[in-house]
Amino acid sequence: MTTIINKLPITTPSVVSLKNFISSISKVLILPFIGITLFLMFWTVAAQNINTSLGKFPGPQAVYEQFHSLYGEHTAERAKAEKFYERQEVRNAARLEADPTYNAKVRNYTGKETFFDQILTSLVTVTSGFLLAAMIAIPLGIAMGLNRHLNAAVNPIVQIFKPVSPLAWLPLITMVVSALYVSDDPMVSKSFLNSLLTVTLCSLWPMVINTSIGVSSLDQDLKNVSRVLRLPMLKHIQKIVLPASIPMIFTGMRLSFGVAWMVLIAAEMLAQNPGLGKFVWDEFQNGSSDSLARIMAAVIVIGFIGFLLDRGMLQLQRMASWDKSATTV
Amino acid sequence: MSAFLDISHIDMVFPTPTGDFTALKGVDLQIKKGEFVSLIGHSGCGKSTVLNVVAGLYQATTGGVILNNREVREPGPERAVVFQNHSLLPWLTSYQNVELAVKQVFGNKMNKAETKEWIEHNLKLVHMDHAMHKRPNEISGGMKQRVGIARALAMQPEVLLMDEPFGALDALTRAHMQDSLMEIQNELNNTVIMITHDVDEAVLLSDRIVMMTNGPSATIGEILDVELERPRDRLSLAKDIEYNRLRAEVLTFLYEKQRKVENISSKKTATTAKKATA
Repeated sequence: MTTIINKLPITTPSVVSLKNFISSISKVLILPFIGITLFLMFWTVAAQNINTSLGKFPGPQAVYEQFHSLYGEHTAERAKAEKFYERQEVRNAARLEADPTYNAKVRNYTGKETFFDQILTSLVTVTSGFLLAAMIAIPLGIAMGLNRHLNAAVNPIVQIFKPVSPLAWLPLITMVVSALYVSDDPMVSKSFLNSLLTVTLCSLWPMVINTSIGVSSLDQDLKNVSRVLRLPMLKHIQKIVLPASIPMIFTGMRLSFGVAWMVLIAAEMLAQNPGLGKFVWDEFQNGSSDSLARIMAAVIVIGFIGFLLDRGMLQLQRMASWDKSATTV
Repeated sequence: MSAFLDISHIDMVFPTPTGDFTALKGVDLQIKKGEFVSLIGHSGCGKSTVLNVVAGLYQATTGGVILNNREVREPGPERAVVFQNHSLLPWLTSYQNVELAVKQVFGNKMNKAETKEWIEHNLKLVHMDHAMHKRPNEISGGMKQRVGIARALAMQPEVLLMDEPFGALDALTRAHMQDSLMEIQNELNNTVIMITHDVDEAVLLSDRIVMMTNGPSATIGEILDVELERPRDRLSLAKDIEYNRLRAEVLTFLYEKQRKVENISSKKTATTAKKATA
């Protein structure tokens, strides 16, 4: 037997590379697979032993079924909407034929949002809130980083507001929005604005802090280069400060986006903005035997989206940053 | 005739939490146009402080600097600085680093083609034209320093200030850079102030060597004229009697007259001085 093996044309390097290949495969695929399998087993066992007033806690199987039914509801709702528009078109065409002066009205379908519509709403809300925060935080952070006095004045405020929970802000924002945002034909709903502003208020701080640290830790030698060249203020910021602090700014943005996504779910629950948070809340209030499984499905989706958003930000950071070493995971 | 660059009775006092720290006391030096002057002394003696005052990055507490009949009040490209650790912008290529300086200094005097030609000319001068479009992290330490010198030269400074330009390089690269610098100096005949730790470097490159006493209250101890013929060649100079005499003089100054007494209290002052000059 051993003689046969020895006769096989295997050279040592190929054995080594095979070993490396296997170990890298096991790192990327096998170990995570084992981890997930163990987790699912633990979940299944634990779920069977938890009895709630809404029945047993949902195991993986129940959640998987709910994904199916959520998708089914989505396609059914879409089909209904399509039919509604078809009917409307036919009806309008008929009335136009009878009376050419008739001004055809197009009404929007007002069915309920499906799970997938709610995911989309959440993504729109979190992105808008985050972008608004970035537009405030990055210029403010740069100004703070450049000016020690401004930093000393603003820093205490940042430090105090940073740990505030979104749930504390929400009532205040709700009242302020209903007082100030009065319009007969509102562009966006109040609930959207409430969630958006809550997201903004909570995701502002990591960006402010990281940007100001990035800017203020600018290498003294580079500052001297700028002084010797007599670069004007704006050019100094554009040519030296911004590129130097891009890695820190992006780190702040990634942190902020993570915070924004967490905050959003809480905000939507209370603001009743039609997003994932509202979905969770509605299911909770609904209290059917499927509710917990549907909430668990939402939890998994929320986790996945959060993960993808973070990866997206990391990609963006890699593209924008000159310092590739600063963007390792 | 008044000197081209007049460093006139400079005192430099840094306020520290434990009271004022006098880094420089009565530094007085006149430099002619086209002269190559080295500042040598132990670390922490305030060499960099002198250079920073000339650059305008620091304001002298008393006294001042007059360049070409104008008082130095702020940094400017007519006093270009080559920093010790190259200070290239890491996100720009060699070409772009020089370009930033050229555009800022000659922005409205040169058109596009002239700008490009001038940048490339300066990179060629330091033998970096082959790696113009590489970023600092893709080239070696010596190459970075070359680009730093090209950037400074591209500003066409009246005085070139070099703060231990080759201090961070290994001995072989350093020798190579010194030869390059002599070659450039032969061509351009700039006025240069260079800070160095290296006795051989000082003797090889300079017209005059300014030796500084130890801080605090450092000042100029002795000035040595180097009248070796140019172009200089390090190999033949190694056996030259005059070269070795000059070398011995500097060594005597540094290790006999200004020997650093290593006890704890003087170490303490040395570190505070370093902090103040950093």
